Amino acid sequence: MSSEIYRDMILDYYRHPRNYGSIEDAEIKVQESNPLCGDDIELYIKFDEEKNVKDIKFKGRGCAISVASASLMTELLKGKKLDDLLSFSKKDLLEALGIETLGLNPVRIKCALLPYKALKIGVYSHIGKKLSEEEKHILDYESESQQD
Amino acid sequence: MCPDLLDPEIIKQDFPIFKRRVYGKRLIYLDNAATTQKPRQVIEAMREFYQDYNANIHRGVYRLSVEATEAFENARKKVAKFINAKESEIIFTKNATEALNLVAYSWGLNNLREGDHILLTEMEHHSNIVPWQLISKYTKAKIDYISIDKEGLLVDDEVDRLMEKRPKIVSITHVSNVLGTINNVKKIVEHAHKIGAITVVDAAQSVPHMQVDVQEIGCDFLAFSGHKALGPLGVGVLYGKRDLLEDMNPFLGGGDMISRVWLENSEWNELPWKFEAGTSSIADVIGLGAAVDYLNSIGISRIRKHEIKLTKYALETLSEISDLKIYGTNNLEQRGAVISFNLANIHPHDLATILDEEGIALRAGHHCAMPLMNKLGVAATARASFYLYNAESDVDALVEGLNKARRIFKL
Ligand SMILES: Cc1ncc(COP(=O)(O)O)c(C=O)c1O
Repeated sequence: MSSEIYRDMILDYYRHPRNYGSIEDAEIKVQESNPLCGDDIELYIKFDEEKNVKDIKFKGRGCAISVASASLMTELLKGKKLDDLLSFSKKDLLEALGIETLGLNPVRIKCALLPYKALKIGVYSHIGKKLSEEEKHILDYESESQQD
Repeated sequence: MCPDLLDPEIIKQDFPIFKRRVYGKRLIYLDNAATTQKPRQVIEAMREFYQDYNANIHRGVYRLSVEATEAFENARKKVAKFINAKESEIIFTKNATEALNLVAYSWGLNNLREGDHILLTEMEHHSNIVPWQLISKYTKAKIDYISIDKEGLLVDDEVDRLMEKRPKIVSITHVSNVLGTINNVKKIVEHAHKIGAITVVDAAQSVPHMQVDVQEIGCDFLAFSGHKALGPLGVGVLYGKRDLLEDMNPFLGGGDMISRVWLENSEWNELPWKFEAGTSSIADVIGLGAAVDYLNSIGISRIRKHEIKLTKYALETLSEISDLKIYGTNNLEQRGAVISFNLANIHPHDLATILDEEGIALRAGHHCAMPLMNKLGVAATARASFYLYNAESDVDALVEGLNKARRIFKL
């Protein structure tokens, strides 16, 4: 049942978002939105000398799923290496959220993946790789679910 | 049973979709402002066309084509009569959006220039904003928007003020797809005509639900979609006054819309075919004709009465839920069967997900009216919109679902 997504953990991450705010001198600043529901997120990442995530914050408005997802994602990535950010997958995030198996419909999975999309676009642009429209599209849920 | 009131449970029997179950529950369809369900009669009319006389229309000499043409033009007659227009003034398009674009391009592009004004309102659907923005880019004409007040009604003084700019064209929605507001289009059309403006009414949310008479309103153009009026997807209608349509250039060029073609130029076909380029969605037009028959058999004023009663009930019961904010007016005379709301700070998408599980189809989002969302100061709303097959029990289910959402979100 899809309302099972609204478990205490998700609601807690939604109500008390971790790492909420912005970072003035962040190396990565991205803004992504989901025009469908008007959700939008700003993601900030600052690295230390060894290219580890020193600080990561997000800001924005959205549904419980997208906010909880952003909140949890920032927690997971704090202290991680740049390479880890590159290899961080949709599956990692959805599993951490515990919604892999809930049979949530694709529209709502997209909400959960909005922060992920922002992360990837930000990290790729940071290493000097500009994503083509097609590559951006693959960051969305639908295309991936067809591949799986 | 009082003959004046309709019984939604009996009506439902005409709609095969209500036989299905959603997650094992009955379907509670509250998204009629987006599209409506189709009665058996409409589905049957389309099946009959494909099965018994499928052929391309006009110019066909053989029996099937003659039958198809007759059915197609007969549907035009029905639609014309339904809104009290002449047949030659009814143009079939793909949807209301295409009808509005047709006016914007065919009339706007040729008649607007720098310094001219286009008058819209803050409550328009994107389909009555974006085409004008495109035309404004090409012509440098400026767009003004009539603002709305807290109740979601157009501000009269603003109408007066902006009419003083002498807009060349005034295009307004009859009923808002978010607030439900019914605008006094007759009055605005009169005002606009006094200053020599052309008038367009977006009737996508009115024609399916209330008596709309183009002579009574007096507008120059009026647009709506068949799929919001029990008809099939893929057909819309533009009504236009004959003398204006005659002066306008075609919107799309191609087959059917010409009378003669030479290598250098072409001569346009007569109205309304001048504006119907290419093969029309014939089965859909025939289906729309059947939808009009169906609506007539029930009676549009009975539908309106039913919706007023249901809206009243919904406004009353919903307002008992604490932290629930309803947008738009409480005056039932000025409100269609559309109720947009937000529950505390629960995102409408979360609400819709929770309600979905109860078999309730509810829309959440910006409803193609982002400027209006900005005005309301929200990113999105939840929206319930009713039609003739909705009953008070559907409203009860909605209320129950919303209370479940309150529990889940621990409100
Ligand atoms: C007021 C209004 N105008 C225009 C439209 C556009 O209708 P369509 O998408 O069928 O062209 C809609 C549909 O949502 C509407 O509600």
